[in-house]
Amino acid sequence: MAKKPVTFILNGSERAAFAEEGLNLLEFLRRGIGDLSPKYGCGQGTCGACTVIIDGETHLSCLTMAVAIEGRKVETASGLANGKVHPLQEAFMEHFAAQCGYCTPGMLMSAKVLLDRNPAPTRADVIEAISGNLCRCTGYEPIIDAILATANMRRLA
Amino acid sequence: MRVESYATLAEAARAMGPDAVFMAGGTLVMRDVNAGTSASRIVRSADPVLTEIRSTGDGVSIGAGVTMAQALANRDLAFLSSVARSVGGPQVRNMATIGGNIFAHHPYGDFAVALLALGARVVLAGQGAAKPLEDVLRERGRSSTSPIIAAIEVPRPRDPRAFAFAKISRIKPKGVSVMSIAAHLPREGGRIRGARIAFGAMGPTPLRATAAERVLEGQSLDAATIARAAQLACDGLDPPTDALASAWYRREVAGTHLKRLLEKMERG
Amino acid sequence: MIEFRKEFFANERDDNLNEIGKATRRQDILGHVTGRSPYFDDHLFEGLLHIRCVRSPHHHARIRRIDVSAAEKMPGVVRVLLGKDVPLNLNTLLSLLDFGLDDEPVLSTTKVAYKGEPVAAIIAESEAQARAAVLAVKVDWEVLPHVLDVEDAVKPGAPVVCDVYPSNKFIYHGKFDHQKLRYGDVEEAFARADHIVEGRYQMSPIEQAPMETCGAIAAPEVNDRFVCFTSTQGLFFSLGTAAKLLTMPSSRLHFVGGTVGGGFGGKVDSMHEPLAILGAMLTGRPCKYAWDREEEMQVGAPRGAERWYIKDGIARDGRILARKFTGYFDSGAYTRLSSYAIIKGVGHLPGPYTIPNVYADVFCVYTNRTPATAMRGFGITGVDFAIEAHMDKGAEMAGLNPIDFRILNSYRDGDMKAHRRLAKNCALVECCQVVAEKGGVVLTQASRAATSVLDGGGERARLPSRTATDQNGIVSGFKGGNYAKKGGGASGPQPVALPIAASAPTPAYASPASLRPAAPAYQPAATPPPAPQPPAPAADTARHGALRFSSLSGFRRR
Ligand SMILES: Cc1cc2nc3c(=O)[nH]c(=O)nc-3n(C[C@H](O)[C@H](O)[C@H](O)COP(=O)(O)OP(=O)(O)OC[C@H]3O[C@@H](n4cnc5c(N)ncnc54)[C@H](O)[C@@H]3O)c2cc1C
Ligand code: FES
Ligand code: FES
Repeated sequence: MAKKPVTFILNGSERAAFAEEGLNLLEFLRRGIGDLSPKYGCGQGTCGACTVIIDGETHLSCLTMAVAIEGRKVETASGLANGKVHPLQEAFMEHFAAQCGYCTPGMLMSAKVLLDRNPAPTRADVIEAISGNLCRCTGYEPIIDAILATANMRRLA
Repeated sequence: MRVESYATLAEAARAMGPDAVFMAGGTLVMRDVNAGTSASRIVRSADPVLTEIRSTGDGVSIGAGVTMAQALANRDLAFLSSVARSVGGPQVRNMATIGGNIFAHHPYGDFAVALLALGARVVLAGQGAAKPLEDVLRERGRSSTSPIIAAIEVPRPRDPRAFAFAKISRIKPKGVSVMSIAAHLPREGGRIRGARIAFGAMGPTPLRATAAERVLEGQSLDAATIARAAQLACDGLDPPTDALASAWYRREVAGTHLKRLLEKMERG
Repeated sequence: MIEFRKEFFANERDDNLNEIGKATRRQDILGHVTGRSPYFDDHLFEGLLHIRCVRSPHHHARIRRIDVSAAEKMPGVVRVLLGKDVPLNLNTLLSLLDFGLDDEPVLSTTKVAYKGEPVAAIIAESEAQARAAVLAVKVDWEVLPHVLDVEDAVKPGAPVVCDVYPSNKFIYHGKFDHQKLRYGDVEEAFARADHIVEGRYQMSPIEQAPMETCGAIAAPEVNDRFVCFTSTQGLFFSLGTAAKLLTMPSSRLHFVGGTVGGGFGGKVDSMHEPLAILGAMLTGRPCKYAWDREEEMQVGAPRGAERWYIKDGIARDGRILARKFTGYFDSGAYTRLSSYAIIKGVGHLPGPYTIPNVYADVFCVYTNRTPATAMRGFGITGVDFAIEAHMDKGAEMAGLNPIDFRILNSYRDGDMKAHRRLAKNCALVECCQVVAEKGGVVLTQASRAATSVLDGGGERARLPSRTATDQNGIVSGFKGGNYAKKGGGASGPQPVALPIAASAPTPAYASPASLRPAAPAYQPAATPPPAPQPPAPAADTARHGALRFSSLSGFRRR
């Protein structure tokens, strides 16, 4: 497979690397760039563990071709903290919203886009927003609580 | 494997061949790539035509590369918003295109079901006149080189209440279809004229329930008509067995789901 | 909402529960929310190779020939592994506990017994290249008839799933083709019961479906050692299994685990570590062997299917006089952990109820389905469902409210249980009372007055005066004290598998006393119980001593 250079913005800083044509963004980020926060759960779009944000929208990195992100802005869970713990991360810790933690990076991406667009989501909005992310451990309730709590905290602040 | 990107659809169309597959949102093509079962050339195009949404008097022309999320955000496509919302979860809707949905295999293709019921026509890249969607669905997979869709022309229902869509799935809000049903029942003087009903996940492609349509033609949606249409719902359909439901089950419940949809339309 | 009812059993407890009932943070949660927790696949290696297996498309087939010549020439292929490359290509997981015969190859050489069984492994530079080469391996299959239902599998003439157990049944204690529980005389009790209630219950296999699929990465380390990063739930179990199959001392293996992306029982089978390490040994490079999602669902061992038949004899007043079980665990094509699930399940019978006559025959059955393994509540969940569904049926027959019926029959402290231990720390009566209160169910005066601590013992502590025993399902040719050879040898253990004798008692078994193990607490269920007397309290301490493992095999000799 031929390799192509890919230049893009990852969590605010410019990155460039070669990607094999046909390589998916998940593998490219993990092995090519070394950002291990997006996870492989299925490679078929069904689990959401690989969710990243591309130009402000959640995308499944396992179904995105690495060469297709040329010039685009990619955000991952490892960039969320940015020096200090993000309020969503704090709320996930507080509400026991991560058990094995494998779905968490993807969940955080979906939650972040929701709150960026809708600072006062209802419970139904939250359920809809994370409906593309499976969690086998928590039963979702603690995750929903954590996201709602983050929105409430932000409104108070 | 090679990935080829073309500035215009015309160039992309010329590059297609038996060893190539066109990739739009990639939600299905990338699954094959990941599994090592895709065609050896992948053709993409960044032609802006693909993402245009234009009002055309009595309808809307939707670029084939418009995603479900973009359709949801567009006022001109409000009559299709429940359909776009039914596809996948948020990430899939950000990626999945309407053109790709027309080629999505069973049990996918919910959006195409609605387009079929609305009598949409398809504009193929490099070909003049638009073709009925039905023809494209029928020819799907028959020839070794599949055409590239540039846009889909959808007539806007004159009365929004004349169109309804239902997706039946086991998991909410993100389940895959046990079946989906779309009905367009325009009325003249209280009578149905030009009834179109389409089923998804009830055959190799979205299919029309022509027997049920004939029952409804010229009638009003009274209980007896609905019952007769429901009885004939499966006529001409060819439901498959998969992990979600058996063919037997799909046949068994199709009439009930059609009945519920029609009753809901009648209630308004 | 959790509610603490501290008024219950207050005198049995030092009320110093400083953590329970209070929110506490997981120690690893900062890593989880920042995406930094190191799962097995989060260790990057230069020059990592990828392993993928060639799998059977059939439920049951003989392997005539495996042709890897085309695959070996494919781009990126570094090596192709076959069964002959595995130092000891036969194992049973519980051999580490000296329980069961080695029955399962790492890579099958002569036949496959389930769809997806691996017969060859490709090691290639990239995963895509490994996938392509898998498709290039040609296997000449002779498809065999298969059996997918437990009761079909134990019928005469059924296809033999696993040659090690030709009757399609695991052999317990080297003597019986099922695990027995005999306590009192159920037939005698059925004869005098006012109601007989029968039921059939079954549960389908359940996939644990962890978000992270199972896998391992192994790499050569300094000092002739190999490091292995793994998703295993049982690190030392996987370590021991790898050491056995690779015939190398475990001191040469450096296992790193502990961060698991969900397991729920599905990550104990140690399928990945031996192959990944073998790949690293043979190529000198780091090797990753992980399932994709499809493999996780198709060949990842689920909680096995179970089928239960239960028959109760109930007195007019609602007391259960006798309960008889026939159970079938679907082990799939190999034993894995199902044999042990049954030991555990039978120890749980007849459920949390004091029943003076109990009988169980429970079979670990081989079928051509995916081998089954552990899952939460392992060995208990299926039969508990059956028991509780049956309790509702019994209550209806006895004309009692199901909660009254349960309270009436619940264990009380000091009651004798069917496996001949005294019940202690019982709480079902109180649980039932709270459930009734929450559900607005009005209980009888007797149920409301009942308590776990006061009503038990005495007569209820006595063993049955007589236990009916039998030799049904006795087998010959299997050795009782030697379930599996330890440590492995180059040739692998040879099972002595002979046809099963119907129900003819063999001379070797003539004296039940000779079979009785040293510790009185671990007698085989089939032997007559000792004279009725409450067990000495000392029995309790023995349980925690050196014989700890004997609860697995009943007979373990060290
Ligand atoms: C987790 C998940 C959930 C899903 N849920 C649903 C669902 O609920 N309902 C549903 O209907 N679908 C669902 N899908 C399927 C799929 O996402 C949609 O059908 C989507 O619309 C396909 O569009 P795409 O752009 O991603 O297609 P692609 O993967 O890019 O292409 C799919 C096929 O369409 C062809 N194609 C694409 N664009 C064109 C074009 N312009 N001209 C000609 N051929 C073209 C491709 O060659 C290919 O054969 C789901 C998929 C996933 C992964
Ligand atoms: S790995 Fe991408 S959705 Fe599961
Ligand atoms: S915390 Fe384990 S999958 Fe969500």
